[in-house]
Amino acid sequence: MSETWIILGATSSMARAFTRAVAARGDGVLLAGRDLDDIAASTADASARGAPLAEAMAFDARDPETFAPIIDRARALDGPVSVAVFVGSMPPQEAIDADPALVDGTITDSYTGPARFLQAIAPLIEERGAGTVVGVGSVAGDRGRIGNYVYGSAKAGFHTYLAGLRNRLGRSGAHVVTVKPGFVDTAMTWGIEGMFLVAHPDKVAADILTAVKRKRNVIYTPFFWLAIMTIIRHIPEPIFKKLSV
Amino acid sequence: MSWKQAEYSGWGRALRASGELARPERARHLAAVMAASPSPAIGNRRSYGDACLNSGGKAVDLTRLDRILGFDEDTGLLDVEAGVGIGALADIFAPRGWLPPVMPGTGYATVGGCIANDVHGKNHHNDGTFGAHVESFTLVTPNGEETVRADDALFGVSVAGLGQTGAIRSARIAMKRAKGDVMIVTERRIADWDEHLALLDASEATYTVGWVDATARGAGLGRGILEEGETGSGLVPRPKGAKSVPLDAPGFALSPPVVRLFNEAYWRRVPGNGRTVVKPINDFFFPLDKIRDWNRLYGKTGFHQFQCVVPLDAAGALRAIMEKITRAGIASPLAVLKRMGPGRAGLMSFPMEGYTLAVDFPNRGRAAELVRSLVRDTADAGGRIYLAKDSLAEPETVAAMYPERAAWAKAVATIDPDGQFETDLTRRLKLRAP
Ligand SMILES: Cc1cc2nc3c(=O)[nH]c(=O)nc-3n(C[C@H](O)[C@H](O)[C@H](O)COP(=O)(O)OP(=O)(O)OC[C@H]3O[C@@H](n4cnc5c(N)ncnc54)[C@H](O)[C@@H]3O)c2cc1C
Ligand SMILES: NC(=O)c1ccc[n+]([C@@H]2O[C@H](COP(=O)([O-])OP(=O)(O)OC[C@H]3O[C@@H](n4cnc5c(N)ncnc54)[C@H](OP(=O)(O)O)[C@@H]3O)[C@@H](O)[C@H]2O)c1
Repeated sequence: MSETWIILGATSSMARAFTRAVAARGDGVLLAGRDLDDIAASTADASARGAPLAEAMAFDARDPETFAPIIDRARALDGPVSVAVFVGSMPPQEAIDADPALVDGTITDSYTGPARFLQAIAPLIEERGAGTVVGVGSVAGDRGRIGNYVYGSAKAGFHTYLAGLRNRLGRSGAHVVTVKPGFVDTAMTWGIEGMFLVAHPDKVAADILTAVKRKRNVIYTPFFWLAIMTIIRHIPEPIFKKLSV
Repeated sequence: MSWKQAEYSGWGRALRASGELARPERARHLAAVMAASPSPAIGNRRSYGDACLNSGGKAVDLTRLDRILGFDEDTGLLDVEAGVGIGALADIFAPRGWLPPVMPGTGYATVGGCIANDVHGKNHHNDGTFGAHVESFTLVTPNGEETVRADDALFGVSVAGLGQTGAIRSARIAMKRAKGDVMIVTERRIADWDEHLALLDASEATYTVGWVDATARGAGLGRGILEEGETGSGLVPRPKGAKSVPLDAPGFALSPPVVRLFNEAYWRRVPGNGRTVVKPINDFFFPLDKIRDWNRLYGKTGFHQFQCVVPLDAAGALRAIMEKITRAGIASPLAVLKRMGPGRAGLMSFPMEGYTLAVDFPNRGRAAELVRSLVRDTADAGGRIYLAKDSLAEPETVAAMYPERAAWAKAVATIDPDGQFETDLTRRLKLRAP
């Protein structure tokens, strides 16, 4: 009776790397997202790498109608159900400044959409009495910065949501891991200036899997972002508000 | 699709480029990039020279298109995206009894790069080049996607085609049966040049390679170790993770005395009367991959690799080349000598039946001058040099070595009339001239 992972935002290269990691240990995957052509290739890849089950499922964080079919599919499978959320969007802050309506989409993609999905599937996870929820947040959620505070605020909301969900699911034997990546070398950051210490998605995926196995609560990945963010979180606001980090 | 301004280089790091790179992660994005700004595709940049460079222009990095699209356990036919590494395929499929049909000396080479350079491996004498095992591939050009099969005219133009016919997005490859995921390797000490060629000629193993000490002169010229391998099953300790070279090494790291000491120790490692050992697959095929970024050992200025092949009857000329190299005394450890079969799958493929020699030189002092003269010697011997390794040859010499170049250039021009897929290599060697 193998574990099945629902991967939300399966097209992200971080999600692809994590999918490979769980496929290689024999877990099944339901790969969910908007670009089903691309996801078809990833399901083939997951099967070839050892996943006993790999299926594509439509998922749009902005369209809650897409949620129930995924949850129903998971319910029809035996064994623990786990969820890993890689969904998120980060329009350039200038674009949001020019069109404040973008705030809604950013927050839906990065926080409220995934939260609503998790809220809907939580009873199933509780019923199975096992499984893990991995929520990918961001170091950007640790402090509001001039460069991306809308995205950052959505991630901060998601972190707080995950903390509450951890408190809830822990009571039935399931676990929640909050993941705060630093800069990762993905499509999201390709070509953006000012990136440093950029990690490979495989590294992030390996860190996440270790955290799942060890039932860690909150991780920074790569680990040194903990030190960087500890400093950033401790800069007093009167100073911080004048910085452009 | 966003472009990123980057400084990049090939594996030898002697030649560099600065230009814009795109790195599509989906088939659709690749098609969009090729439609909007047609540019050469590149893989993991394991070519040594400038095959994977486009200074001042754009290039499309395919390494994120690296998924397995399907595998038939009965026939061994594998569909993959072209950015997948050969080593990743070996890791996944060897335990199930299959290996990539041909594997170059690094597992980081991508399937696209293996097709575009029609690479050879330690089994070339038996199985030919990589292209011989490709059933079809999907080519992406500004006009869209096209499936090219082994019997299409375009096949031999794209295989060893140096990316000049567009981006290879995916390929169907006939995998090779393997008995298991370990290698049974027989290593023999070789005393000199004549013995080296004789043992290579006589080898009946599936995988054969000679390591040659490019610093040994006189009576010891050509001394080395013959390695013959067969796949097998068994239990060996799992390979440890790769170590990496974190910084550019100082100049003396690979200085002549250090290299001589290393070579001596490497040779003596194998007992006088040989031995048979069991190794993980990767240790046999990709020994250098155990140290990530080992090219940094050569420091900032990088290094050159000279690789030539000469016909069987020009073995004497190859000996003279080897002598010239040992006299110069600036070679690096781990030179390779191999007997090649006739197999080649593209108009611009490197192999010919004969002997191939590959030697690295730190890029300083007389190295460039030496390599240029070795290239001329190769031409005089009726041989050719490998474009995947070259950074120093001249257009006329190379044109003479590749008699089908003009026909190839003509075929390429029908697909890319404006030269949008040209790279620093094709420009330097005027490969696309009519
Ligand atoms: C340690 C080491 C050992 C090696 N041993 C061998 C060996 O034993 N035998 C051998 O034959 N070679 C050997 N090589 C060379 C290497 O196998 C080739 O250079 C190979 O082409 C590298 O693949 P890549 O993916 O890095 O391609 P790159 O170096 O990035 O590109 C090589 C060429 O392929 C083209 N290309 C790459 N991807 C695509 C694509 N998807 N579509 C169209 N064109 C594409 C590029 O335009 C370029 O012309 C070795 C290299 C190293 C570093
Ligand atoms: N890269 C970094 O440096 C970094 C750092 C910290 C945190 N993160 C976080 O890591 C996660 C993965 O990001 P990435 O870097 O891999 O970038 P990415 O490729 O842009 O991934 C974002 C993912 O979210 C999906 N998505 C966005 N809006 C969606 C919607 N409305 N419905 C369904 N899916 C939607 C995308 O799907 P489509 O393919 O359909 O667009 C894509 O799969 C994100 O949550 C991101 O915020 C990234």
